[in-house]
Amino acid sequence: MFKKILIANRGEIAVRVIRACHEMGIAAVAVYSDVDRASLHVRKADEAYPIGPAAATESYLNIQKILDVAERSGADAIHPGYGFLSENAKFARACSDAAVKFIGPTAAAMEAMGSKTRARQAMERAGVPFVPGTSRGLESFEQADQVATRIGYPIMLKAAAGGGGKGMRLVHASADLRSALEAACSEAEHAFGDSEVYIEKAIINPRHIEMQILADEHGNTVYLGERECSLQRRHQKVVEEAPSPIVDSDMRCRMGEVAVRVAQAAGYTNAGTVEFLVDQEKNFYFLEMNTRLQVEHPVTELITGLDLVHLQIHIANGERLPFTQEQVQIRGHAIECRIYAEDPDNNYFPSPGKITLLLLPSGPGIRRDSGMYEGWTVPMDYDPLLAKLIGYGTDREQAIGRLTRALNEYFVGGIKTNISLFRRILSNPDFRAANLDTGFLDRLLKQMDQATDQPADSETTEAAVIAAGIFAALGASAASAGERVPDRPSAGQSTVSRWKSAAQRESLR
Amino acid sequence: MTYDIAINDKTYRLDLQQADGRWSCRVDGRNVEIDAVLARPNVLSLRLGNKAYEVKCERVGANVHIWVGSRRFSAVVRDPRSLRGRIRAADDHGPKKLSAPMPGKVIRILLHQGDEVEAGTGVLVVEAMKMQNEVKSPKKGTIQKILVSEGTAVNAGDVLAIVE
Repeated sequence: MFKKILIANRGEIAVRVIRACHEMGIAAVAVYSDVDRASLHVRKADEAYPIGPAAATESYLNIQKILDVAERSGADAIHPGYGFLSENAKFARACSDAAVKFIGPTAAAMEAMGSKTRARQAMERAGVPFVPGTSRGLESFEQADQVATRIGYPIMLKAAAGGGGKGMRLVHASADLRSALEAACSEAEHAFGDSEVYIEKAIINPRHIEMQILADEHGNTVYLGERECSLQRRHQKVVEEAPSPIVDSDMRCRMGEVAVRVAQAAGYTNAGTVEFLVDQEKNFYFLEMNTRLQVEHPVTELITGLDLVHLQIHIANGERLPFTQEQVQIRGHAIECRIYAEDPDNNYFPSPGKITLLLLPSGPGIRRDSGMYEGWTVPMDYDPLLAKLIGYGTDREQAIGRLTRALNEYFVGGIKTNISLFRRILSNPDFRAANLDTGFLDRLLKQMDQATDQPADSETTEAAVIAAGIFAALGASAASAGERVPDRPSAGQSTVSRWKSAAQRESLR
Repeated sequence: MTYDIAINDKTYRLDLQQADGRWSCRVDGRNVEIDAVLARPNVLSLRLGNKAYEVKCERVGANVHIWVGSRRFSAVVRDPRSLRGRIRAADDHGPKKLSAPMPGKVIRILLHQGDEVEAGTGVLVVEAMKMQNEVKSPKKGTIQKILVSEGTAVNAGDVLAIVE
């Protein structure tokens, strides 16, 4: 077994992998950029190495710096987490050249799958169902225009190297195509260093359901059931659950077998996810394969009782899968909420800053994978994911009840988070009835914009009034509460922006 | 201690006395039976009669955010005897400023000085945490001035443009 694993990532996923290492008696090496010195993953690791400035291209995306740390620390394997270098074939190859085991698929499998256009070509050969569109990147606007006209609007533009909704645009009419194409290309170039974009027919209000697979290096591939990830905003997943409320065992078996075929066609090893779009008739289409551990892997862990990070490490160590497909059992229901540092009152803009108060939920059926702590300043340089809160129950209803209860216990003060959004989602009648599709969240947000908040009852308001007075009487707050802040912005600006300037000052300390 | 506490456009006069760890409390002259324990800084366990509340406190500039359970109240606490407490908000008319909603970088400017805008028209694009966000005009009018250029790093609250 490996003695020491380097985690080439940050945030909650770095902490997650460090924990797995420690559970298996393996030393964990962290890397961090200048703004991450105080991050939780550095505190939890056995060794930690600085790798440069905040900009990811000069730190977490810098292959040479990561490999230098591997050499200096004597790490014999690297876990890439998700994002950053996790789906970078060049990195996987560089690891193997440096005789450090990359915990993930081979560079060749990644190349086959990492580019959405190439994956599509491979899948066409393997007879996997997919959505009509181009299997190659677009060369010009004229070509895009022709293809879009041929398959018919609405169409979706997607970055070939993409993920997480970056470089993705829905286009309803040819008049909007040129500007959407430019935006998609520039966003793709910016996010992935690759401006290749392709076209797919847009399936309106589909479900997004994905299948987790695991493959060892001896030719065994299994599927571990699906995750329903239909709740998305700007193509970013927000809530995921497993199993999907609409997938029965027959459909699971058919999707699982397609997913296994996809993986085998690419010679895939380690953990991976095959994403499908599902239309209203429950037809499923291959969307893409993610050649990494997913953010939402905990829901699968809870319903299968397996630890995917442990299994990734065992597989990378050359071991055989310790179970067969028939032994995989699905039990109970799990739902995950992605807690982001973003402001629900301000169009969900990112909201970095210092966490001044943190109250944590616990109790039955609650799992919290987090990268934050009280007193930590959330840097503005990276993805705003702070933590994942996962509720598990015997069935969906119990999972929702536990998660709702835990969300009410969870409090993050000093920065804005989207916790209130999850309360709305979880209490929504359509969510409760599992009427989900990828347009669900946009519709809910629109309703919330129009609906006015119910006024608080007089008792609750009275509690707030009295508490405000007690806090003022007890603390230095007696002075500061009524005091002018130093550079009070001029009138017309909301208290929000005043607060944000304070947050910015904090984050630049 | 006496405070004027403004919450939801209404101001309450609160009288608080603390003796031997017990509080006595009057809201607008009416006696309210309370029992309060500070569980940790900024977290109060409050009983009104026998009703129990967990209350959290966040300070946001001159305001205090009070969270009763998961409900947020924005409160302004003033000591009526202190002159300092009397801050007047100035009027809110005339040209509107577009300010940066978050720290980040201006990556695109979509309109120029003199351009007509509708309320909600995107004027420029700010990027932070890998997300691009359009900053929109708050009203119909004309762009009086653009104060930044593409590539400018901005702080939250920085004025980016003025619409008249």
